[in-house]
Amino acid sequence: MIELKGVSKRFVDNVVLDNVDFTVQDGETMALLGPSGVGKSVLLKSIIGLIKPDAGEVIVDGHNVARLSRRELAQLRSTIGYVFQNGALFDSSSVGENIRLGITDEAQNADTAYCLERVKECLRLVNLQPDVAEKFPAELSGGMRKRVGIARAIAGKPKYLLYDEPTSGLDPVNADVIDSLVERLQQELGVTSVEVTHDVRGAFRVADRIALLWQAKIRAVGTPDEILASRDAAVQQFLERDLEMAVIQSESTDGPHV
Amino acid sequence: MPALTAALDLRRYVGRWALRVAAHAGRFTMFIADLFRALPEWRVWVPRTIEQANLIGFGSLFIVLVIAGFAGGVTALQAGYQFTGNLPLYIAGGVIAESVVLELGPVLTGLILAGRIGARFAAELGTMRVTEQIDALESLGRSPFSHLLLPRCLAGLIVIPTLVMVANATGFLVGWMAAKNSLGITNADFVYGARYFFRSFDLWYSAIKALFFAAAVTVIPCYIGYNTQQGAEGVGRSTTEAVVAASVTILMFDMLLAQLLLSPAK
Repeated sequence: MIELKGVSKRFVDNVVLDNVDFTVQDGETMALLGPSGVGKSVLLKSIIGLIKPDAGEVIVDGHNVARLSRRELAQLRSTIGYVFQNGALFDSSSVGENIRLGITDEAQNADTAYCLERVKECLRLVNLQPDVAEKFPAELSGGMRKRVGIARAIAGKPKYLLYDEPTSGLDPVNADVIDSLVERLQQELGVTSVEVTHDVRGAFRVADRIALLWQAKIRAVGTPDEILASRDAAVQQFLERDLEMAVIQSESTDGPHV
Repeated sequence: MPALTAALDLRRYVGRWALRVAAHAGRFTMFIADLFRALPEWRVWVPRTIEQANLIGFGSLFIVLVIAGFAGGVTALQAGYQFTGNLPLYIAGGVIAESVVLELGPVLTGLILAGRIGARFAAELGTMRVTEQIDALESLGRSPFSHLLLPRCLAGLIVIPTLVMVANATGFLVGWMAAKNSLGITNADFVYGARYFFRSFDLWYSAIKALFFAAAVTVIPCYIGYNTQQGAEGVGRSTTEAVVAASVTILMFDMLLAQLLLSPAK
């Protein structure tokens, strides 16, 4: 379970998170919606300990992230897969080497045969051909880079998956491919996931629950149905433009009931 | 009233500057401590250090040879200009050897490597920071210190003193040839002069300087690159800052070490 209790964070005079409470149950996929620059990525990075909150507690798997030693934090991180917005692939390493770095168990990482097999398996899971392993990130398209980023995140068989705007900057077709992938990984791997996005359609498609981060606070949390039914002005304002498309998308793909 | 405002502004400026310096001092100390903490992960940093050492060593060899050669040659020509008719020629052997070993070899090599290696490290690490590659490494439970920073610093500490010794030898040999041509000094006179003024401590001094310069060329740019912020502009700023800071530190070390090591050895 991931739990944020009263988390606050400010950068100089800019309050990004203000007393945020947030819970993701085991096996659940939570989509975190909100306008650009509202602090969604800050919240996601505070879950994995890349950003330390000024106040409040972040508890992952029963551990208070801020109180862990370096070694304990590294161990906790090995149970979390993080998909970065632009892939954050290591330029000087091949795709295969990038994915291999995601195998966080040292004994498994030292076993070359296992790693080769796992790299192939992860590439298959993200719908990429095995020969992509030999390529370098610069040779890949934006969508492929994101998929390799996902492959790296799942290579260590994590318990939690955190996605930072996995569909941003992609055309609708590629965004759909990534959404399908997130949905399928959730079904096949059964991990607990948090997806930060401002893509309403994608969120309604993949999420069990949706939260709206608005002006540094969690404004609404609920199932897609509850969010749709919300009379909160901020929720309605945020969803207004994309609502119709979200409903159409959801009906056409027979995704989560909206 | 304007005088009071100006005074308050000055106090604010000095206060902000002092806070920045204190913050950097704290972060730099933590950075050094983290480098030491990464030492037990030798399985990670040893292969990467070898890779970096090859890149630094072979990549910089040509430019180091060129710079050292020119430095030795120019020293010989200037010695010829200053000494002709006034001093015995064998002194030129001592002047050239001592100038190259004590000063020109280490300092010129250090400065050229501050531009070449320091800029590369700062730009590489800065780009990795702003493209979230360092965050990605941390998110995988891996230490950027054992994977990225320690290998670069150690490779520099091993390779740069070696390059300085190569530069010393090159500068000395080219200086010798140039002195023969410009001054007409015999080999015997040159060798006599070089040996007359030479002390084995000079080579140690050169090596110690090289080690300090290597630390300036690697650790400072790594620190600046690692703490890069604000995208491409930040990477550009970090790269410039790294070269300037490393170069100034080299010159500061040069003076400090001369005072500390040469004064007592007189």
